Amino acid sequence: MDLIEANKLAVQLDHKTILHSFSFSIAEGEFVGVLGPNGAGKSTLLKLILGLLQPSMGTLSVLGATPHRGHAQIGYLPQHRLVSSGFNLTGYQLLASSLRAHRYGLPLLSSEDKTKIESVLHAVGAQAIARQSFLNLSGGERQRLLLAQALLGDPKILLLDEPLNNLDPHYQEVLIDLVAQVAKQKKITVLFTAHDVNALLPVMDRVLYIVKGVAKLGLVQEVITSDHLSSLYGTPIEVLNYKGRVFVLGQHRGLGDFHHHCHE
Amino acid sequence: MTIFQYEFMQHAFLAGLVIAILSGALGYFVVLRNLSFASHALGHISFAGATAALLLGISPLCGQLVLTLFSAFLMGILGDRLLKNDMSIGIVLAFALGLGSLFLSLNQGYAGQATSILFGNLLGVSSSTLAWMTVLTLLSVLILAILSRPLLFASVEPELALARGVPLTFLSVIFLCLMAVGVTLASQAVGVLLIFTLLIGPAAIALQWTRQFWSGISLSILLTVLLVFISLFLTYYTNWPLSFWVSALVLLLYFGKSFRACS
Repeated sequence: MDLIEANKLAVQLDHKTILHSFSFSIAEGEFVGVLGPNGAGKSTLLKLILGLLQPSMGTLSVLGATPHRGHAQIGYLPQHRLVSSGFNLTGYQLLASSLRAHRYGLPLLSSEDKTKIESVLHAVGAQAIARQSFLNLSGGERQRLLLAQALLGDPKILLLDEPLNNLDPHYQEVLIDLVAQVAKQKKITVLFTAHDVNALLPVMDRVLYIVKGVAKLGLVQEVITSDHLSSLYGTPIEVLNYKGRVFVLGQHRGLGDFHHHCHE
Repeated sequence: MTIFQYEFMQHAFLAGLVIAILSGALGYFVVLRNLSFASHALGHISFAGATAALLLGISPLCGQLVLTLFSAFLMGILGDRLLKNDMSIGIVLAFALGLGSLFLSLNQGYAGQATSILFGNLLGVSSSTLAWMTVLTLLSVLILAILSRPLLFASVEPELALARGVPLTFLSVIFLCLMAVGVTLASQAVGVLLIFTLLIGPAAIALQWTRQFWSGISLSILLTVLLVFISLFLTYYTNWPLSFWVSALVLLLYFGKSFRACS
């Protein structure tokens, strides 16, 4: 069953084309890595699915309906987080404050709420850090708690926007494995935006690559090829496969963050 | 104790109590939402409101309330472009103070009125003013209680709250209006120049010391009430102004912990 379906989807922001006539469908339980240079439209795609942005052309259907804000079955981990003084609260409190948050009234927890929180904390193995100040946690620990928060509504779709940012390679792997394991267990469809394709290679089913408004969804060996990336970027690009890793090499500088793809 | 024999002191304690409850509760959210500079600006705007009211011959409290509510509404509509822009807020704040000085000079008012607006005066609260303060506080606390669940989420994680369908602008406008009421009332105690000390100080301390919403907001209210009460006692026995004592105690409390951490 397809959970996300787009037909000739196009988006313009401030008269700039972010996505240009893109048709795709993503099935239940699929793990899709969303890749591409900074500003290519990875976050924009997630915001379309969340109903935060409207397509300028084409149609998008999410869980069988037009996307709308506040869909209970979509879990989201936003990219930009302002460091607010509220982060001095515990992770447990952050999770608690997001429960039924669109309802008015006092932020009191029912016993059912507490069970829900304990269950997602258990799912990501974050019980031990949930009672500490969020501000005092490491980047990896924070992402673990925010992942728990995204899982709170028992989502069918999980949208993770650059969750690997500022994590060291070890924590990146830990987080990716955790997401993959939880998603598999609960049959959640995952859209995971990232810079480095390699970190996601072991877990992702397909890759969605966006460059200069043109997007393509397919298997890694179909999409990340010399021919295909060269035509997407409009400049010669070489893709090397070595020991199960993918190296993307551009001839020129200024390919956005291509260097991220060829580290090691 | 002789202190409670005087009606003006009874009024001062009662007014202090309602002001502190509102300041403590609102202040917690003001700090969470990083709006301390905006609250400071509302204080200065209320100076223009109070002096305009004097010029028009109406009560300063009323003038403060009207002008701060109006400004708060505008701030909420304009959103983060204004609220998170220190330069714009600073320029508006300075203009409000300038406007206040113009109104004062047009009124050829005497310095006493200006001083009590700038630095507060709880020792002359009339029964009717006290009643108004109580009504405003009850109403504001009630609205805050109704909003508190989505407001907490929107304050801590605005990006996520937006995606979840929480009405951010609506909440922001209503909260700023509550803040206008809070600033107006707090200025009766410590004056428009020292809003910070009552609205932000205890709340910031409470946020430092706690890790949960309920313990945090309770501590914030409790601290504010204690601060005002202790300061009123000190004012009574020393004859030094209330605003001095409140600001001195907040300073001690806020930095006390850091000093201990250093030594």
